[in-house]
Amino acid sequence: MRTFQPTSAEEALEVVRWAVSGRTPLEVIGGGTRRGVGRPVAAQHALDLSGLCGVTLYEPEELVLSARAGTPLSEIEALLAASGQQLAFEPMDHAPLAGGEARKGTIGGVLAANASGPRRIKAGAARDHVLGIHAVSGRGEAFKSGGRVVKNVTGYDLAKVVAGSWGTLAAVTDVTFKVLPAAETEATLVLRGLSEEEAANAMAVAMTSSGEVSGAAHLPETVVGKVLSGRLPGWRGATLLRLEGFAPSVAYRFEKLAALLAPVAAPERLEAQDSCSLWREIRDCVPFADGTHKPVWRVSMAPSNGHRMVMALRMEAAVDAFYDWQGGLIWLRMEAEAEAQALRRQVAAHGGGHATLVRAPAAVRAALPVFQPQPPALAGLSARLREQFDPLGILNPGRMDV
Amino acid sequence: MSGLVMPAPDGATLRNRDEIVADMRIIVPGEGVVDTEHSMRAFETDGLTAYRQLPLVVVLPQTVAQVARILKYCNDRNIRVVPRGAGTSLSGGALPLADAVLLVMSRFNRILDIDYANRTVTAQPGVTNLGITDAVRHEGFYYAPDPSSQIACSIGGNVAENSGGVHCLKYGLTANNVLGVEMVLMSGEVVRLGGKHLDAEGYDLLGVVTGSEGLLGVVTEVTVRILKAPETARAVLLGFPSNEQAGQCVADIIGAGIVPGGMEMMDAPAIRAAEDFVHAGYPLDVEALLIVELDGPGAEVDHLIGRVEAIARDNGSTTCRVSQSEAERLTFWAGRKAAFPAVGRISPDYYCMDGTIPRKELPKVLSGMREMSEKYGLGVANVFHAGDGNLHPLILYDANVPGELERAEAFGADILRLCVRVGGVLTGEHGVGVEKRDLMPEMFSEDDLAQQMRVKCAFDPGHLLNPGKMFPQLHRCAELGRMHVRAGQIPFPDIPRF
Repeated sequence: MRTFQPTSAEEALEVVRWAVSGRTPLEVIGGGTRRGVGRPVAAQHALDLSGLCGVTLYEPEELVLSARAGTPLSEIEALLAASGQQLAFEPMDHAPLAGGEARKGTIGGVLAANASGPRRIKAGAARDHVLGIHAVSGRGEAFKSGGRVVKNVTGYDLAKVVAGSWGTLAAVTDVTFKVLPAAETEATLVLRGLSEEEAANAMAVAMTSSGEVSGAAHLPETVVGKVLSGRLPGWRGATLLRLEGFAPSVAYRFEKLAALLAPVAAPERLEAQDSCSLWREIRDCVPFADGTHKPVWRVSMAPSNGHRMVMALRMEAAVDAFYDWQGGLIWLRMEAEAEAQALRRQVAAHGGGHATLVRAPAAVRAALPVFQPQPPALAGLSARLREQFDPLGILNPGRMDV
Repeated sequence: MSGLVMPAPDGATLRNRDEIVADMRIIVPGEGVVDTEHSMRAFETDGLTAYRQLPLVVVLPQTVAQVARILKYCNDRNIRVVPRGAGTSLSGGALPLADAVLLVMSRFNRILDIDYANRTVTAQPGVTNLGITDAVRHEGFYYAPDPSSQIACSIGGNVAENSGGVHCLKYGLTANNVLGVEMVLMSGEVVRLGGKHLDAEGYDLLGVVTGSEGLLGVVTEVTVRILKAPETARAVLLGFPSNEQAGQCVADIIGAGIVPGGMEMMDAPAIRAAEDFVHAGYPLDVEALLIVELDGPGAEVDHLIGRVEAIARDNGSTTCRVSQSEAERLTFWAGRKAAFPAVGRISPDYYCMDGTIPRKELPKVLSGMREMSEKYGLGVANVFHAGDGNLHPLILYDANVPGELERAEAFGADILRLCVRVGGVLTGEHGVGVEKRDLMPEMFSEDDLAQQMRVKCAFDPGHLLNPGKMFPQLHRCAELGRMHVRAGQIPFPDIPRF
């Protein structure tokens, strides 16, 4: 096993061309924080892009930032914060869940995973903010897509299809993202003691109000003690609604939302500092970052169906669950087996969606579809697309196979 | 663009027209097949009216099964297909071909599902953009992307073009507001991408289909996100003695952490034309006008209005008016919204461009345009989505004067080249279509374009769907698939050494 560490896009291209010439598969890595997601990659050698490092353009007034793919996300976030800006899609750090060191991920990894966070429901995911990429396809060709302006429909948006492709289409060498102002302040409205169904209803009321809620999560009783070092007030769980913005706006919206939800439960308030820590823990799935390798699933469904699916699944498997995205993102920790079939059957029976196994031992990941299997016509289309980027299966082969 | 070369018509298809028309009548019974020259005239052009072409036949299917049968039929017989929504494309995306079936989706005009709890609407592709908002307005909801043609353009067309509008800095383009589609491939296969849930389960095909200009598939159903309408919206009308000051004001507003719902700029010729037309009360002694709209909770809007006023003052604004009523807000917008027809009154014809630039390059691009205006002997008026850098120069010409159309087109191409040169792009929201097709190499290398065309190969390997659009030259998929890096032929046999 050799690890190639190019320090320029040209060198990265050279590595992939070398791999293509010998039909030698490569595992593409950045900070290495997401290597545990997907099927184990069948590659002898690794292409480590963490040497492609550094922000190459940052113009706060143009709302744009470009960086080499291996630039640590922490570096980018610190730079943005100094100008009062942020990546609005709030990318998740996968490391804590895997038992790794936090804040080691790269901006390329963020794109490869199409990472997002609680603000996904209001601001979108990495795919909604990426403006352009430079990349090397599995054919050994360098190409670019998009640009550096926030409004652009020139040609196919290849950056979007590369987002969330887990390094199986192209090795990205440079990325450009739209950045946005960070909120001046935030607060979280807490409702205690709701059942999962009551919580789903309350979150729907909040999200369909004009309160501009930027996070809507429900932590059931078994989970609520695992955030904020157990300081979160709550019995039978806590339903959490985040409000961000200018101070007068947050104050005004909090009052209106509290009045709207008062009939459901007595609203309580978490101030900015606790609110910020809490949503970061929800973002990174900290409640299940328990130092074990128990299988953890990330399930995306229509929000109103999430808790119903979980209730049905509990009848046949031992699971712990909590909800983000108004109930549409369900984090599940299985107590024993991964139960892929049972889970996917219940997802399909409750309006559909998809389930991804984001943590499990390699042997488990090798034995079952980590990503959601697709109907034949769609699976065929996806396979043809991959062939067009990487006909020989050079980049991360097998990782997304179902 | 007047010298536009479209793919040569296929002789066999033209000869078999009667048979094809008869077969289409079997697939779509009733009045869904239009084949007389007179009745096909209505479909010979779209929003880019400089180009006209009668199609082979017009077919208006009503069911997904019919769409699938038509595409499979055409795929099996190598017949080209041009999909069309409402026909409002400003880049010729729905321009017919003489040997192609024009597949018109206007009879897919029903809203299928409204789900307030999950904030989604599922509609057939022929529903208008505004039709979606109209369906949910009584509950206080709306669909955010608002292209200026929203009264007429269809949601299926919006997906094809990734349409924008004046609110997209804050609320995103179509791609950021579409959750799922059902789509028929050229093979006749039906696929579903996304749904009411977020993110793709595999590759984000929805992301590449949105904005693919009808070259990848025919959308038969669309699920979009709806939003609760903002509690309030107020506009500030600002006048500046120079474009530089107006541009700096925009930069300072964004730099202050404010993302307005809309932020529009007009230059002196556009201000004058609009004021003469609708009498919105625009100041005529300024070089640049800004309309800044703030929307959201009342307390937030009131707070931000004060900050915007202060920023404008610091940048030397000579006019600053804040809308005091909904009627006044709409008056501020009336001139901007009527800018195109207003320019239409001062010039027999105008040609609307659509480049995007990094905002800080605005002074350079505007002065470049003034030079070009003299060189070509044609006037130009500018409206500009200032928040996101999307320019709409309107080139004034008279099609009845020989040579003026060609000069206007050359002028437009020069503007777009300038946009690319300063770090911008050819099109911000109107699409490439036939209009900017031949300019694509200004922005993309051969390798860049080849990788885009390979995506096309995954969806439509025969290049039968909407050929002649977007790509200057469509290479055969077999040729595109050939590997240029072959074992044993690499000039550096050593293992890379880094």
